[in-house]
Amino acid sequence: MTQGNGHGNGAAVKLTGKDFKSDQEVRWCPGCGDYAILSAVQGFMPSLGIPRERIVFVSGIGCSSRFPYYMNTYGMHSIHGRAPAIATGLSVTRPDLSVWVITGDGDALSIGGNHLIHALRRNVNLKILLFNNQIYGLTKGQYSPTSELGKVTKSTPMGSLDHPFNPVSVALGVEATFVARSIDSDRAHLTEVLGKAAAHQGTAFVEIYQNCNIFNDGAFDLLKEPDTRADNQIRLEHGKPIRFGKDGERGVRLTDDCRVELVDVADVGEDALLVHDEHRAEPSLAFMLSRLSHGADGPTPIGVFRDVERPVYDELMSEQVEAATARQGRGELAKLLHGGDTWQLG
Amino acid sequence: MTKPVQVLDRVTIRFAGDSGDGMQLTGDRFTSETAAFGNDLSTLPDFPAEIRAPAGSIPGVSGFQLHFADHDILTPGDAPDVLVAMNPAALKANLGDLPKGASLIVNTDSFTARNLDKAGYAANPLEDGTLADHQVHPVPLTSMTLEALKEFDISKKEAERAKNMFALGLMSWLYHRPTEATVAYLEKKFASRPVIAKANVTAFKAGWNYGETTEAFAVSYEIKPAKLTPGTYRNISGNLALAYGLVAASQLSGLPLFLGAYPITPASDILHELSKHKAFGVRTFQAEDEIAGVGAALGAAFGGALGVTTSSGPGIALKAETIGLGVSLELPLLVIDIQRSGPSTGMPTKTEQADLLQVLYGRNGEAPVPVVAPCTPSDCFHAAVEAARIALKYRTPVVLLSDGYLANGSEPWLLPDVASLPDISTSFATEPNHEGDFWPYLRDETTLARPWAVPGTPGLEHRIGGLEKADGTGNISYDPDNHDRMINLRAAKVAGIAADIPPVEVDHQDGSGLLVLGWGSTYGPIGAAVRRVRATGARVSVAHLRHLNPFPANLGEVLAAYDQVLIPEMNLGQLRMLVRSRYLVDAVGYNKVRGLPFKAEELADAIIGLLDEGAGK
Ligand code: SF4
Repeated sequence: MTQGNGHGNGAAVKLTGKDFKSDQEVRWCPGCGDYAILSAVQGFMPSLGIPRERIVFVSGIGCSSRFPYYMNTYGMHSIHGRAPAIATGLSVTRPDLSVWVITGDGDALSIGGNHLIHALRRNVNLKILLFNNQIYGLTKGQYSPTSELGKVTKSTPMGSLDHPFNPVSVALGVEATFVARSIDSDRAHLTEVLGKAAAHQGTAFVEIYQNCNIFNDGAFDLLKEPDTRADNQIRLEHGKPIRFGKDGERGVRLTDDCRVELVDVADVGEDALLVHDEHRAEPSLAFMLSRLSHGADGPTPIGVFRDVERPVYDELMSEQVEAATARQGRGELAKLLHGGDTWQLG
Repeated sequence: MTKPVQVLDRVTIRFAGDSGDGMQLTGDRFTSETAAFGNDLSTLPDFPAEIRAPAGSIPGVSGFQLHFADHDILTPGDAPDVLVAMNPAALKANLGDLPKGASLIVNTDSFTARNLDKAGYAANPLEDGTLADHQVHPVPLTSMTLEALKEFDISKKEAERAKNMFALGLMSWLYHRPTEATVAYLEKKFASRPVIAKANVTAFKAGWNYGETTEAFAVSYEIKPAKLTPGTYRNISGNLALAYGLVAASQLSGLPLFLGAYPITPASDILHELSKHKAFGVRTFQAEDEIAGVGAALGAAFGGALGVTTSSGPGIALKAETIGLGVSLELPLLVIDIQRSGPSTGMPTKTEQADLLQVLYGRNGEAPVPVVAPCTPSDCFHAAVEAARIALKYRTPVVLLSDGYLANGSEPWLLPDVASLPDISTSFATEPNHEGDFWPYLRDETTLARPWAVPGTPGLEHRIGGLEKADGTGNISYDPDNHDRMINLRAAKVAGIAADIPPVEVDHQDGSGLLVLGWGSTYGPIGAAVRRVRATGARVSVAHLRHLNPFPANLGEVLAAYDQVLIPEMNLGQLRMLVRSRYLVDAVGYNKVRGLPFKAEELADAIIGLLDEGAGK
């Protein structure tokens, strides 16, 4: 494969989570889910074995987009919605780097929706972490493109009117090659998903349910609280029948008329359950799984929905440069200028 | 029988026909023949915005004007001396530009009732006296082409299509142009279909022979070669020169070129051209929109590439926020604006100079950006290198302001010796710069530029962003005094570039009290107008700005030396406003915004009018 994702020629380096903490004071609201994600990412980074200088975090605007300031790597806090575009330019010119995009639901799916879908379809070598808190935090509590219908906020006193995006469905809809979902507070799960995302060649899209305790507290409690989480977390595991519930008594089945439905295993038998295949080339089944819940308001799949191989945009671009150079030889300026019809005077 | 030959010093020819008639190709070929012959020349294509407007209609008319001479010339000519009109619509669309006594070569075969109707002619202008003031040469171009090609095994439609080559042959005879290159060109262009190649060559030669034998053309013309600086020349359009300039800037700086762009008229040709030069390490990225184009270029710049985005006015408006980020990040970035008629979508294929204030001020906050404007098509090459030099040295976005007239117009270019081009290399930071730490905003004392530390450099990990940064450390800062200092530092950095650009040169005429000041593509028409005025014995001086921000250091002094300052612009007075406010000079404007370059004659009239005013006449 390639040397992308920051793995250059050098030997792997040994670092600790502390090495990835910058000297800047973290300024999210106390109790914000962003802290847990930051800590998980800092703790996870050493496992990559990539030196800090070859890692870049690029973000847009929003609470989550302050993230790069707290990482002791290279970083850019850019413009609202534009991080995937900026990161694309960086990634395709610097295949030696590991480039991460940090974004939120408003940043990625409202003002930056266009850039997100195009990065995903091109399969640029980016790892995109979308912190979804289903609210606008930095601007103090307006509904977001992932807020549930009818949400009462400062800008929607009578309830929001727009049908929300399901970020995983959006990513699968544009045929992203790696799509996953995790939860801020589940460090072990998040770390595992991050590892798979980092190893993926091409764009990896990870939605992370993140609690905004100020403006949308408890949005994901159903998936987090000890008494409800077993019944509401559907953990997708490659090659295994999809089961959930305290004792795995519930499951997911594909019906004859092509729907996925939640079933009691006792009713249908284990053999009737859908076996999760994250490498399935065709994205429709993964899309159907993403539709099981619209926003953590019932049994909701987490884990890797899709992980497939497709040529990476950065590499294709480099290959064209190499092919042109091999065919024509390295460009010579004088030759270029003297190309076409020239004539001599004097 | 040999026909008499008349010697002329200059001629302006306009080829006009339907979009499908191949007028751009005809013009290009005539230009190449003329260049090879050694005349000085300048061209101006004029094509419709619609890709395929209805055949025979006035919106579908495509034109190509060429001015060539035995001396150096500055413009594609005010008005054609000769119009080649391939159909009634082409005649109608161009007749108004034709001075009395000008020649007209008309394809009579296309003057059918149907075509006359499509052009809106109630009666045939060839017969009703409409053309009485002109020397009309009626030529049945289509039928003679068909006759010449009747032995060929090709369809009638294919044969008809060669009529532009018949016209080119006739014009080549009329002006004694060399023909070998055109024959070679046709053979190469249609190499995959030799019969078509042969048909076109046959039509071309038939046109030439027709000129020689017919009595319809009693005289032919000779325009002696011009005495130009010795050297190797090629004909070049502004956009091609600009693309080459970007490749050159990449080579001269040693940085890989990255272009992020979204297709837009009249800038797309730069994207097309650069996409061909991957062997120079050029990466081109056709982005999902204008914002992504500039964003990707800025991202590439963060990584140490020469980041470039190309667009026109509407796209520049969309890029404004990212240019502002570039100002705040203090990273090199080239923003290329090929201006076109606005506002809004305006007239995409027509030229204008009305984006000056947009690129200077069209951003939130105090966001100064250097601006460079080329003045001729070939100058686009050098202006691109200069813009890159400033961007790299001062770590700043730089706007290069070309326009549709320069982009598509062409002129002979004395090819520069590559070794004589400036070294614009820059260096990346490799070491901590402050007590063992790296401070990304610790500035160079002379240039005020900050260090450029690219990812991959161990020990220099740092974070930058659009939030205000503390002077030196670059950490987020809301400190009021720091903000004021940073605003002033960024402004001083850009203003300081004035010490690093050449002074404005004045073509001063002793005893003149009037200075004509121009910028950008008005260079040619202003220069031609000044020559005309001087030829009348009147005195006038002229200067042209290539740097619009900052202005050359001596500009104030230059302006103060004249009683009158005239600033012609294809806008409502944008440079004039800047000059008036900055130097308190009572400059007056000549402003027309017709989507077309100025004519030398109108500018000469404006200059003479002002001189008369100054003299109290
Ligand atoms: S507003 Fe919400 S998302 Fe933003 S920092 Fe506070 S808790 Fe976190």
